[in-house]
Amino acid sequence: MKNIEFSEETLKTIREIINRYPEGKHKSALIPILHIAQSEFEGWLSPEAMSYVAEILNIEPVEVFEVASFYSMFNLKPVGKCVIEVCHTSSCWLMGAEDVINHIGKRLGIKPGQTTSDGLFTLKTVECLGSCGTAPMLMVGADFYENLTLEKVDTLIDACKSSGKSSSYLVDKMLG
Amino acid sequence: MGKKLLLQNIDVPGINTYEVYRKTGGYKSVEKVLEQKNPDAIVEEVKKSGLRGRGGAGFPTGMKWSFLAKPEGVARYLVCNADESEPGTFKDRYLMEKIPHLLIEGMITSSYALGANTSFIYIRGEYFYVLRILEKAIKEAYENGWLGKNIKGSGYNLDLYVQVGAGAYICGEETALLESLEGKRGNPRIKPPFPAVAGLYGCPTVVNNVETIAAVVPIVNDGGDAYAAVGVERSTGTKLISASGHINKPGVYEIEMGVPVEEFIYSDEYCGGIKNGKKLKAVVAGGSSVPILPADLILKTAAGNPRLMTYESLADGGFATGTMLGSGGFIVMDETTSIVKNLWNFSRFYHHESCGQCSPCREGTGWMEKILHKILHGHGTIKDIDLLWDIQSKIEGKTICPLGDAAAWPVASAIRHFRKEFEEYVNNPESIQDVKHYFNVHNVAEA
Ligand SMILES: Cc1cc2nc3c(=O)[nH]c(=O)nc-3n(C[C@H](O)[C@H](O)[C@H](O)COP(=O)(O)O)c2cc1C
Ligand code: SF4
Ligand code: FES
Repeated sequence: MKNIEFSEETLKTIREIINRYPEGKHKSALIPILHIAQSEFEGWLSPEAMSYVAEILNIEPVEVFEVASFYSMFNLKPVGKCVIEVCHTSSCWLMGAEDVINHIGKRLGIKPGQTTSDGLFTLKTVECLGSCGTAPMLMVGADFYENLTLEKVDTLIDACKSSGKSSSYLVDKMLG
Repeated sequence: MGKKLLLQNIDVPGINTYEVYRKTGGYKSVEKVLEQKNPDAIVEEVKKSGLRGRGGAGFPTGMKWSFLAKPEGVARYLVCNADESEPGTFKDRYLMEKIPHLLIEGMITSSYALGANTSFIYIRGEYFYVLRILEKAIKEAYENGWLGKNIKGSGYNLDLYVQVGAGAYICGEETALLESLEGKRGNPRIKPPFPAVAGLYGCPTVVNNVETIAAVVPIVNDGGDAYAAVGVERSTGTKLISASGHINKPGVYEIEMGVPVEEFIYSDEYCGGIKNGKKLKAVVAGGSSVPILPADLILKTAAGNPRLMTYESLADGGFATGTMLGSGGFIVMDETTSIVKNLWNFSRFYHHESCGQCSPCREGTGWMEKILHKILHGHGTIKDIDLLWDIQSKIEGKTICPLGDAAAWPVASAIRHFRKEFEEYVNNPESIQDVKHYFNVHNVAEA
């Protein structure tokens, strides 16, 4: 576990975000900060991370938990280095999402919601990601992988394995 | 080729950059309104245009704007709804990704009309890469003097921010969106008060969809009458349609309102017909929430007239034989599609996305999912089909927000038009090859 503390640079970004909102409305910054926390602290929001964010915003930790637990992008349990999020809604479902999910599940030996024992992969099913015209699709970090075939999925998994490409790739993007 | 009012320059190389966008006439609408200095005149033009909200409900935009309360000394906000999480809908992403300055220009012009000095674009968290595109475009707009203090010497100040969501369909509902923007759970608010009176931070607020805001640009440039001249009846202008499913050419199409559905599905200008030479079985025409229609009823109304891509024509026949334009998420299903299996998928979605505040929605969506799962796996009875009908009828109209209706309508319409197929699953499960256990019902962690 990394130290639960933002760098000076990250804190500067956070202060900029807080300054967007009118006086006394700084709680509006909560979701953006939780995104930053999740990407900086190994892809999930631990109780310590949530308390730390609460401290920064001067609100109660339970207020942070209340919000973090509502939104599906926030992970409240540790996740693998590479989180594969497969859309399983309407158009992706029509175009073979089920086969994609079953294929990944078999290859990695896990079910949706689980993490491989080597801590490399987490498989998640998610709802429509607004990429229905290129179904079936999945997301790793901030990247969309579209018009999937089982071969494409295999290539992606191999690439993640060998390059160690991880969802914390999101970190660079999160902080601009 | 139909007339285009939003995407006419989408293929111009570099249109996502400020320079190219400006060269093709970008930001003219801002120059125009700052010169005329008459915000109310903009609202009048929008009224004249007949523009209706493109987020799904189709409420007249000009009227919505004129409801905005203007108490002295109180801030007003414009919030753009870029949550786009209605399954089958991806047009806002397309627009923001390809031509981000069009949305920003629309935000500035609309904010000026409403007298807002701070405006937000609320974008779903999963569109992270689009957020970066928007932020870059906003930076360019600031650098070129279209945002910030004293815009182009007019004395008008505007700050524009992008706010990111974190995965919740319900945050597309405007009051849930405002809650989320305030840093809370996305629980829809009880109305009234409406956002026009008490919205963001309790201040008067207008919430509009991305496409609605973008449409303000051609309306201001060419006038409301020119906009209203495109389209038919009370469906004026153009509409972005997200086409997906079993078609040859999925994608985003800007259509003139009034294109026949048959032409939209089969012509090469649009969807290019059904994939693999199969036959059309059914269409969900306006995003997952609207009633599903079988092939004969989507192509022609019950009275036998060609069905058109307009608010009125798609709704012709009410819920007995019609549907809705909704968000324009056009999902096409071929003859091999199992309606029962797809309905279960929709019901699973609504159960997952219910915020849980109202019991009919919270309990009803879960119950419907369970029954459909049972039927799908060959354990259903005829009584279950009737029970399903009964449950959906007890959700509709009895909840705080329309998600309850959105969960009920697909169930009602599927039973209404495809009851035989449900009965087949009940009476003859062995014949249905889909009867097997799906293991991806839910993420294990959430189960
Ligand atoms: C459950 C639910 C989800 C919605 N999702 C969206 C959405 O993703 N995008 C959107 O623009 N409107 C969505 N709406 C409609 C908004 O509440 C609101 O009507 C709309 O943003 C107003 O903008 P418009 O008048 O420009 O359409 C949703 C409504 C409901 C009930
Ligand atoms: S209808 Fe459903 S989503 Fe809407 S407020 Fe009620 S419980 Fe929440
Ligand atoms: S249904 Fe998968 S992206 Fe929309």
